[in-house]
Amino acid sequence: MEKPFRRRDLLGIRDLTAAEITGILDTAETFGEISTREVKKVPALRGKTIINLFFEASTRTRTSFELAAKRLSADAVNISVASSSLSKGETLVDTAMNLDAMAPDCIVVRHSSAGVPHQLAKVSKAAIVNAGDGANEHPTQALLDAMTIREHKGQIEGLEVAILGDILHSRVARSNIHLLTKLGARVRVAGPRTLVPKDFKYLVAAGGNPSGSEDVRRGISHPSDTLPTGRVSASAARDPQLEVSDHIEEAIHGADVVMILRIQRERQDSAYFPTLREYAIHYGLTNERLDLAKKDAIVLHPGPMNRGIEIASDVADSSRSLILDQVKYGVAVRMAVLYLATGGQPTSE
Amino acid sequence: MMKLLIKNGHLIDPATPENTGMSILLEDGKVAAWFGPKEDLPTDCEIFDASGLLVAPGFIDMHVHLREPGQEHKETIASGCAAAVAGGWTSVCPMPNTTPINDNAAITRYMIEQARKAGLANVFPIGAITKSSDGSELAEMGEMKAAGAVAVSDDGRPVPNAGIMRRAMQYARDFDLPVIDHCEDKSLSSGGVMHEGRVSLLLGLKGMPALAEEIDAVRDIMLAHETGAHIHIAHVSTAGAIDAVRQAKAKGVNVTCEVTPHHFTLTDRAVEGYDTNTKMAPPLRSEEHRNAVIAGIKDGTIDAIATDHAPHHADEKALEYDRAPFGITGLETAIGLAFSELVHKGVIDLVRLVEMCSVNPARIFRLNGRGTLKPGSHADITILDPTLEWTYRNADSRSRSRNSPFDGRSFTGAAVATIVGGKVVYRR
Repeated sequence: MEKPFRRRDLLGIRDLTAAEITGILDTAETFGEISTREVKKVPALRGKTIINLFFEASTRTRTSFELAAKRLSADAVNISVASSSLSKGETLVDTAMNLDAMAPDCIVVRHSSAGVPHQLAKVSKAAIVNAGDGANEHPTQALLDAMTIREHKGQIEGLEVAILGDILHSRVARSNIHLLTKLGARVRVAGPRTLVPKDFKYLVAAGGNPSGSEDVRRGISHPSDTLPTGRVSASAARDPQLEVSDHIEEAIHGADVVMILRIQRERQDSAYFPTLREYAIHYGLTNERLDLAKKDAIVLHPGPMNRGIEIASDVADSSRSLILDQVKYGVAVRMAVLYLATGGQPTSE
Repeated sequence: MMKLLIKNGHLIDPATPENTGMSILLEDGKVAAWFGPKEDLPTDCEIFDASGLLVAPGFIDMHVHLREPGQEHKETIASGCAAAVAGGWTSVCPMPNTTPINDNAAITRYMIEQARKAGLANVFPIGAITKSSDGSELAEMGEMKAAGAVAVSDDGRPVPNAGIMRRAMQYARDFDLPVIDHCEDKSLSSGGVMHEGRVSLLLGLKGMPALAEEIDAVRDIMLAHETGAHIHIAHVSTAGAIDAVRQAKAKGVNVTCEVTPHHFTLTDRAVEGYDTNTKMAPPLRSEEHRNAVIAGIKDGTIDAIATDHAPHHADEKALEYDRAPFGITGLETAIGLAFSELVHKGVIDLVRLVEMCSVNPARIFRLNGRGTLKPGSHADITILDPTLEWTYRNADSRSRSRNSPFDGRSFTGAAVATIVGGKVVYRR
C-alpha cells in the first residue's frame, strides 16, 4: 500500500544497506546526464520545497545541494545560521519545528555538532538529509566519492582504498569507511597516531556495531598494556575490511584509491601535531608516496585542499587526481538523494 | 503525640537478623519498639499494614542537586524533596553547586530551612571545599559543619590542584568531614561529551577517557592515605577507579565510594540516537566498565547507591548533543533500577540493598540514629514492595525537570511508602 507521502531521511551511510547505496548511485547516474544538457532542468521535483539549513559555513556543499534542487525544479531556500540555534536564544528543537511548520518536503542540514540531523528527524515531518554533522557523517560526500570511484574503476568491490589524515575528526572518513566496506572494498586508514585511534578498526565490525570488549585498564597494580580481547566477526578476522595502518606508506602500498583528508590548522593548537610543516613532510601525499600505490591508482580529496600540506600541488594537479570529478558527481548524487528523500523511486538496474 | 504502628512487615535491619511478621511502633519521631508476631500490639495508634512488604531504615541519597538557591526553574528544595520521597528516599544530600555556591554557613542553613518548610525529606547539605568552588581558597568548612553540612565537595568542578586538595583533606579531618571528589582530570576530559571508546568513534562525538576519572581517583586515594582523611569517591564508573578503591581499602586507606543507577544499568550504546538525556558526567561507560561496576557492587568495593539527581529544564536539554548540559534526574527511578538490575538479577540480596541505600550512607556521613531501625533511632522508614510492577513516566515526575533517559521503562520493585520523622510523607 503506497503512502501518500513517503518520507525518507538520509542521516548517514551507517543506516543503509549495500542495496540501498547501490540504488542511490544508480539513480545518480541517470541524473548525471541532465547537467550535460543545454537546458539543465527536469520537472521531477516541481512543487516540492527544500530548505538548505546550514549552521556551518560551506560553499561547495551548499551550492551543490542548491543546484541539485533547482535542476529538478524544486523550490530551494537557503538559510545560513551563524552557529548554533543557542546564539539566537532558541533551542535546536524550536528552530526545527518552526521551519517544519512551513511544510517543506525536505530539510538539508549541516551542523558542527554530531547528531543534529538525528535530533531534527525526531521532531520534523519533512525528510531530513544530512549535509555533514560534526565528526559523525557526511553521507552525500561518500556517495559522490563512490560514484567517482565507480566511474573510473567500474566497481567498488575488491578495491583497496587508503584514507589518510585526520580520521578522528572526519565525517568524510566515517561515511566513506561505512560505504566502501558495505560495498566490499578493503579500507586502510593512516595518519598521525594522535588523529587515528587504533579502535577505529572496530568501526564496521558487525555492520557498524562496535562489538566485543574494550581494552579496560585493570587498576594501578596491573600492566595497562593488556591486549584488547575484542571479538571480530570470523570473516573480518580472516580478511579485515578495515585496518588501521601504522604508517601512511603501509596504507598507500598497493592501493587502488588514495583518499586524502583536509587537515585543520586548529589541530596544531590542540597538540595533535607540532606544525603544518612537519605534517606536510611526514604525512603529506607526495608523488614519491603515491608511487607506492597501484600504477593506475586514483586520488580523491573532499576539498577544500591545503595545497602543499596534506597534498602536494603536483599530485593535486596530476591526471590521477579526480578532485573536480568529485565536485561534478556531487550534483548528480544530491539530485538523486533529494529525489529519493521526497518520495521518488530508485532506478533499478 | 502521634503514634504509628507498622504492622506485619518484613523488617530488614542489617544490624539484626531479618524478621518476618514483625511490627514496629513509631512515636515522637523515633522508633519506640519492635513487636514479634505473637506479641500484643498497642491499640492507641494509627496502623500501617505492611503485610507482604519490606520495612527498611530510611534510604539516604548521598548525591543530589536540588538547584536552590538560584536555579529554581530546574528544581526547588521542595520539588526535589517531593521527588525524593516518591522515590523512597527519606534523606537527600544536595551538592553545593547552587547559585551562589554553598560555600558558607548562611547558605547551608537556608537549604535546611527550605527543607524544613517543605516538610518532606531530610536535607543534609554538602558544603564546598573551596570558596566559589574555584579550587583556590578553602571554604569555611568548620562553620558549614556547625550549620548542618555533612561533607565537603566541589563536585563537578573537582579541585585540580593537588596541593590545595591535600590541605583540604588535612583541614577537613579536623572536623571529621568526609571529602567527596567527582574524579575528573579536566585536562584529559575537556570538550568531551561521552565515554571515549568505540562508540564515541562511531558517533563522531568527543570522548572523555576513563583515564580522566582514574588518574584523579588514584591521586585522591594517595592524598587520603597520606593525610588520613576520609575520601569518598562520587559516582565511580570505571574499572580502573574501582580497582584503585578496592586496593586502597585492602591497604586500610579511609576510602568509600558510591555508584549511580545509570552507571550500573546503561552503557555508552544508549548514546546512539543522540538523546541528550544520555549525557552526564561521568559518562555512560562501555559494557566492560559496567561489568566492573557490577563486580564492585557484588564484592562490596562499592559502598552506596546514590542518584546524582541532576535536573535540567527541558529547554536546556533541547540543544545539540555537545551543547546540552550534563546530568539526568534519578530520584524516582533509582529503587526501581536497583531492584530490577541488581536484586532480581542476583547481584545483591535485600540486606545488601539496604546497606547500600541506607546503612552505609548514614555511616559515611556520620548520621547518628539513621540507617537503622533499632529503638531510639529516627523514625525514617522506607517501605518496599519488591514485586510491584510499574512504569516510570517523565510526565508524572514530581521533579520540576524531565530529563530522565528512563521514560517509559518498566520495573519490578518499588518503594511504596516513605516515612520521615514518623510521618507518612508518601504513599503509592
